[in-house]
Order: sequence, then structure tokens, then C-alpha cells
Amino acid sequence: MAASKEDDTISITVEFSGGLEMLFSNERKLPLSIPAKDDTGARTNVAYLVNYLCENAMKDPKKELFVLDGTVRPGILVLINDADWELEGEEKYEVQEGDNILFVSTLHGG
Amino acid sequence: MASTLIIESLRQQIASCEVQLRDLQRQLAEAEHSHQQQLQERKHQSAQTGTDPLAYDFTHGIHDDFKSEVYAALLHTEDVQPPPNRWPLEKNEYRRYGRQLIVPVIGLQGQLLLKGASVLIVGVGGLGCPAAAYLVGAGVGTVGLVDGDTVEESNLHRQILHSTSRVGMTKVESAMVALHSLNPNVKLIPHHGRLSPETAISTVQSYDLVLDCTDTPASRYLISDTCVLLGKPLVSSSALRIDGQLMVLNNPPLPPGNTAGGPCYRCVFPKPPPPDSVLTCGDGGILGPVVGVMGVLQALEAIKVLTRFTGASTNGAASSDSPSLLIFSAYSNPMFRAMRLRARKPKCAACSAQATVTLEALSSGSLDYVQFCGTVAPVDALSANERISVENYAKIRLEANPFTGSEPSKDSHILVDVREKVQFDICSLEGSVNIPFSIVERTPGFSLKSSGNIDGSGEETDWVSELRKHSDKPVFVLCRRGNDSQITVKRMKELGLDNGGQRWIGDIKGGLQAWRISIDADFPEY
Ligand SMILES: [Zn+2]
Repeated sequence: MAASKEDDTISITVEFSGGLEMLFSNERKLPLSIPAKDDTGARTNVAYLVNYLCENAMKDPKKELFVLDGTVRPGILVLINDADWELEGEEKYEVQEGDNILFVSTLHGG
Repeated sequence: MASTLIIESLRQQIASCEVQLRDLQRQLAEAEHSHQQQLQERKHQSAQTGTDPLAYDFTHGIHDDFKSEVYAALLHTEDVQPPPNRWPLEKNEYRRYGRQLIVPVIGLQGQLLLKGASVLIVGVGGLGCPAAAYLVGAGVGTVGLVDGDTVEESNLHRQILHSTSRVGMTKVESAMVALHSLNPNVKLIPHHGRLSPETAISTVQSYDLVLDCTDTPASRYLISDTCVLLGKPLVSSSALRIDGQLMVLNNPPLPPGNTAGGPCYRCVFPKPPPPDSVLTCGDGGILGPVVGVMGVLQALEAIKVLTRFTGASTNGAASSDSPSLLIFSAYSNPMFRAMRLRARKPKCAACSAQATVTLEALSSGSLDYVQFCGTVAPVDALSANERISVENYAKIRLEANPFTGSEPSKDSHILVDVREKVQFDICSLEGSVNIPFSIVERTPGFSLKSSGNIDGSGEETDWVSELRKHSDKPVFVLCRRGNDSQITVKRMKELGLDNGGQRWIGDIKGGLQAWRISIDADFPEY
């Protein structure tokens, strides 16, 4: 199949909960078009997406509240299509067209 | 002046004591009433069991040989133990729990399981209050309550067991009063003080299930570890602002190393969040019904776990047992979302075969949870000459300048309030301008290298150019408690707003809290 324009990007929905939305201009739901492949030609995975969000969607300069040591900081759960990302291969999960990826910060109030 | 204040304060104290006294009298009356009822019921029962068998047995005839024995036995029951009950529940319990008894997932068997069960509720606040109310209401036999705090007025919009007249009472005592009046059948066990590594094992040991209704990461790890080590299922929940989260952990509560057991808190969150990312309800705010919903759901999950062996064929317990995270978001549609969670983590520090969290380590006190989770050091960003006390600021504001004799003028300086807009709109000092700290933090170019060279546009930097315009006026910065204001002063200087030291920019120590305490008692406390 010839490479069409649709093959260059994939459309996904990124959501934020538990206060993380405040790092993203108070957007709880972000429809995104991201490159289907990274610079090396490998298929886009969650690690790439996290980096992409940091550089393109995050207005807040306090990146450390989202990313620490190259991955999402402790206390943030990543849920891919309503499942814990650990069930899906964590950072290495290859993002698919139409995926819903939710970043949840743990709450501690009670 | 001072004496009228004292008189007023004494009047208020007397009034509040009177309210408390009336409340106690009402509670005493209730307690006496229910005690009387119980006595009568017991009398009624023993009278019934004393006559019923006689009537029954004699109508059907009794062998003469047994008569004397029967008589002796019957005579005996008067002063020895009452005979075993004909019915497994007390008479009043059938009436009290009738509406839930006839729900198929509970039934008589479920009610007996609840009656025989004991639940420990750690934290009697926004989650613990509604959770305890529903569990005590449902007839859980024994409920333990752990808390080290006292009731404050700012708790009352969500902590529904406490009351205005019980402000100042310990939360455990206040909750006991409310819960006893709700259901005197339940045995309540007070545990005063916070749960600590030293007390955790002995406190949790005798209970069947634990609810984590606390509000810090350190307590969440401590409670989870304790539950794993003692084999107790854990219902954990949390809430902030308009969001809530709920997980049933260590369910089933199999020993560490058994991969069929449910994940623990450490499986889901192996590392604690950075301390400065943790917001309390006091700083972030909380909507009462949001935390209420989460507490009620904890009670529900507890009831499901405790009664899981009843009506097994109908309630599909197996599928709902797989670990999940429930996310509640009050202003989203849908409000609830359930997420599938991982199983036990193969290398979990608490529940795996390689666990380093052991009973010995925990009880020896070698696990420091507060250190593990870290603490936010009090902000101490400025030197003494960059700060001013509220008293001295009040002089600048309210009194004539003793040197020049000039009248006080609010125009002589700029007062910047860096609380978020929603707080600024609640109350503020006259003449202050609002530059929310979230905007200060988001302002680009605050790092040292870019000082004095601000480019860019947009609303974020509007406040910077505005302050630059009035470069002759000193700037006073204040916030709610005096932390964000210090950081703001530092950033303003990094942005070069002090003209290389020519203009004074400083922080008002202790913020509006200190202002209210030392200067203006009428300034609202929220
Ligand atoms: Zn674990």
C-alpha cells in the first residue's frame, strides 16, 4: 500500500486528571495529531508521546511536575484505553490510531 | 479596648459551652432511651423463652421421668444465662436492617457476616465520616476509628459526623458520639493519635478489613504495607477539589509472594510523588459531596468484600474482583470511569517474593515513611532585609510617616497579592493588585541569565511590564501564608524589576494569616 497522508500522522485523544490538567492550560481532553513515526523511523510509542506532550502541549515551565528522569514522574498513572499501561507494555506501547491515553495524578486529600 | 475584647471572647466561650452542654444532654437522653429499650427487649425475650417451651411441651405431653429435670432446668434459666436465641439476629436488628436484609446480595447470611466483621477506619475526616456512618448504619459488628486531629470549623462542610458544638473535641470522640447515636448495636473502638510504624501492626491486627481515609502519601504507604503483612484487604480512596479516586487493594489478601493476591499500593505506585506535587485539601480545596461520594463508595466496597460469600451466583463477584481504579470527576461526563489495574508487581517491595518490607522491619521502626515520601521544607528564600513584618507594613499603610509628617498613602507603594484569583476575590487588602502565583511561575525568563532582558508578549508578561512602568515605587508582596510571596520576590528580582537594587522589593512575613492575627482580626479566615 502506498504511503498516504493519513499514514504520516495518527489521531489520538489525550486526557488529564487529578490536577495534571493545570499543567496543560486546564485542558482535560486534548485531541492530538502526532507523527506516526519518530525520527529514527520507529513507530511512535508512549515514551515519544510523553516527550511530545512536554515540548508541544505543556505551557507550564515546571516540566518536572510531569516528567522526571525521562519518564512520567512518580505518582502519575498512565492508562491506555482504560487499562493500566503496565498491562500494555508501558513506555514501549506503540500508539494506535484512535487511542485514548489518560494521565492521572494520584490524589492524597481525604 | 482590650477589656471589651476579653468580655466578648468570654461571652462567646460561654455561649459555645452552653451549646455543647445542650448537645451532650440531648445525647445522654438518647443514650438512656436506647439503653432502656435494650433492657426491656431483653426482659421481654427472657419472659418469652421462659413461657413458650412450657406451653408447647405440656400440650404435647412430657414423660414423667423428664419432668423434674425440665422443671429444674426451667427454674435455672431465670438467674443463669438466657437460653440461646431462637433467631440469629436480635429482634431490633431485623427491623433496623430489614431494608438491606431483603436485598439478595446481602440476605440473612450477609447480615451475619457484617455483624461478625470488624473494620478499621484510618482517618475520620471527609472520607472517614461518611464511610463510618454507612458501615455503622449497616451493622458491621465492630468499627475502629483512628485519628489524631481535633474538629475544626473548616471541617464541617464535609466531615458529616462532627458538629458545630463539637469543634475542639477530638475527631475520634466526636465521631463516636455521632455513630453511637446512629446505631448503639455497633461496638466502637477509639484509637487516638495518628497511625505510626510503631502502632500500625498492633492497631490493625485484630480487624478484618481496613479503610484508608487519610490524606498523606506517607500514611498511604504505611497502611498498605501493614495490610499486606497482616493479610487484610484495603479499601483506599482520596479526593481533592472536584476529583476522587478509589482502589480496592490487597484483595484477595494473600501472603507476599503469592501472585494470585491483589496488588498493593506499592505495586501501583512503587515510588512516592515528589513532595511539592502533593496538594492538601487545605491548600487545594475540596467540594464536600465529592469527598462524600468517595467515602460512601469505600463503605460500599467494604460491604462487598465482607459479604462476598453470599449470593455468589447472582452478583458476579468474580469479575468485579479484578483490580481496578475508579476515577470520579464531578464536572466531567461521564463522572465515573473504571480503569483496569495491573496485578501484583513481580518486584514489589511489599507483596512480592522479594519483599523488603517485612514485619520485623516495620515494627523495628527501620522504615521511615515520612523520609521515604519526603517533606516540603519551609520556604526560606530571602534575607532579612528583603522581608517586612505585618506590624511594620501596617505602619507604612496606616500611620503618618514620622519623618516627613506626610499622610499615609496607599499610592506610595505597590502591594502585590499573589494568591490565586478565586482567593483574591474572597477578600483582599484595599489597594492591592492581584498577580496569581500560577502566572508568576509560568512567566518565561525568570531564570538568572535572562534578567533585564524580557521579550515575548501575551498576558503572562503583562504584569511584568506594568510593574516596570512604576519603577520608583517599592513593591510589597504578600500571599496567604507567606511562602509563595517569597518566591515571587525572588523571581521579580531575577526579572530585574528591582532596577539593580534601586527599588525595594520585599515580602510581607506570614502573609494575610499574620495580618489577621496581628493587625486586623476582622479580616476573613478561610
Ligand atoms: Zn505490592
